[in-house]
Amino acid sequence: MDTKKKKLKISVDHNLEERTIKRIEVNAEVSGKKPVGKINFAELRAGGFIKQRQKDKFTVRLKCPGGNMTLDRLKTIVAATEKFGSGQLHLSTRQSMEILHVDYHNFGPLVDLLKEAGQDVASCGPRVRVPNACGGCEYNPNGITDTQKMANVVNEKFFGMRTNHKFKMSFSGCPHDCIHAASADLGLIGTVWPVWEEASCTGCTICASACTEGAIESHPETGKPIFDAEKCLYCDDCVRACPTSSWTAGKTGHSLRVGGHHGRHPVNSTIAARFLTDEEAEAAIGASIAWYQKAGEGKGRIRLGNLLMQEGQMESYMAALADAIGPEKLEENIEAPQKITIRR
Amino acid sequence: MAEIAADKFIDISSEVCPMSFVLTKLALDELEDGQVLELVCQAGDPVRNISIQLKDEGQMIISVKKETDGNFRLKIRKNG
Ligand code: SF4
Ligand code: SF4
Ligand code: SF4
Repeated sequence: MDTKKKKLKISVDHNLEERTIKRIEVNAEVSGKKPVGKINFAELRAGGFIKQRQKDKFTVRLKCPGGNMTLDRLKTIVAATEKFGSGQLHLSTRQSMEILHVDYHNFGPLVDLLKEAGQDVASCGPRVRVPNACGGCEYNPNGITDTQKMANVVNEKFFGMRTNHKFKMSFSGCPHDCIHAASADLGLIGTVWPVWEEASCTGCTICASACTEGAIESHPETGKPIFDAEKCLYCDDCVRACPTSSWTAGKTGHSLRVGGHHGRHPVNSTIAARFLTDEEAEAAIGASIAWYQKAGEGKGRIRLGNLLMQEGQMESYMAALADAIGPEKLEENIEAPQKITIRR
Repeated sequence: MAEIAADKFIDISSEVCPMSFVLTKLALDELEDGQVLELVCQAGDPVRNISIQLKDEGQMIISVKKETDGNFRLKIRKNG
């Protein structure tokens, strides 16, 4: 047999600490197959290449921040899938497109081809993942915040940073929370604080119909709204429905939820701050990641929510948040994230 | 205040979204800018959605009345 043997070093970083990876470098014996082009190991370490059941085959996860895709990138993905995949794509649970059945010998040229169209490979493992976002105010009628813009900000500034465990961020444009920001490590949800002006109100009662939370009742005689702030979840519906614009947006911004995740032991996040501007949200995200990295030192593979549930950690986190964005917008009655009990 | 006369009337009190919106838009299509459509729709989700959707589209809701049967009677001035 004219089998050409070549030693190929390849390390697969999937939920493993950097030190461990070094130890498990694989000396792949490649029979008759040469890696095509160069494999950039730094790129591989950033994750996004996920070993499949099938021999030599990987799923290559592509970065689609906020689920956004352009035709140019899509055409290139199609070409790359034809050339290096099996012709099959998969849409991941977190808005990434994945090319299936890629032989690892082809990582180099595949990445190069994708790069030509500005398509990057996503991540996996213990680091800041590609942010998720709904359509937000760009085209969704309910959208209050610019979730797509925020997904791009996060992608540019925080993507790929090393953390103790996976770190997922999600942006929902309104309290409907279609993207499940409540179960993300950091979830930001668009909200509006509604303010009512009596002078222009005609007492038509539409706002009471518009509010599905029971936060607005109509006065039995005048029809004018009686507002119960306790029940309001800041969805903006009254503002949008009022024909005379008697309800207006007093404050608009992101609610910051921290410490959620799904998985074997799901955790419901907790609200840490409200009505953050885009800039404050960005500062809060940076501070949260920095706090997680520091507080998690020596604690191994622990999600943010589980760390926050430990004694004194929620207070420490809130102090870090106050340093970054000031105390005004922080939630007053802080609760730690909570485990969701699921019977299996 | 004098009642504003309507140029067209539709009863969509048995419809929900998206038909309530489509029928309202089709009725508005038959009118000129500035003309008035009068419609009757159900309380709850229908009046909520129609109000929000019309406002989003820049239409003007110029009068709202609650009927004795609980339905809403809206007058809308066409704006584009
Ligand atoms: S969360 Fe709100 S803005 Fe985002 S898709 Fe859902 S309804 Fe639309
Ligand atoms: S913002 Fe939403 S929940 Fe709050 S009063 Fe208005 S409609 Fe009700
Ligand atoms: S919808 Fe506007 S005008 Fe009608 S009762 Fe409510 S605040 Fe007043």
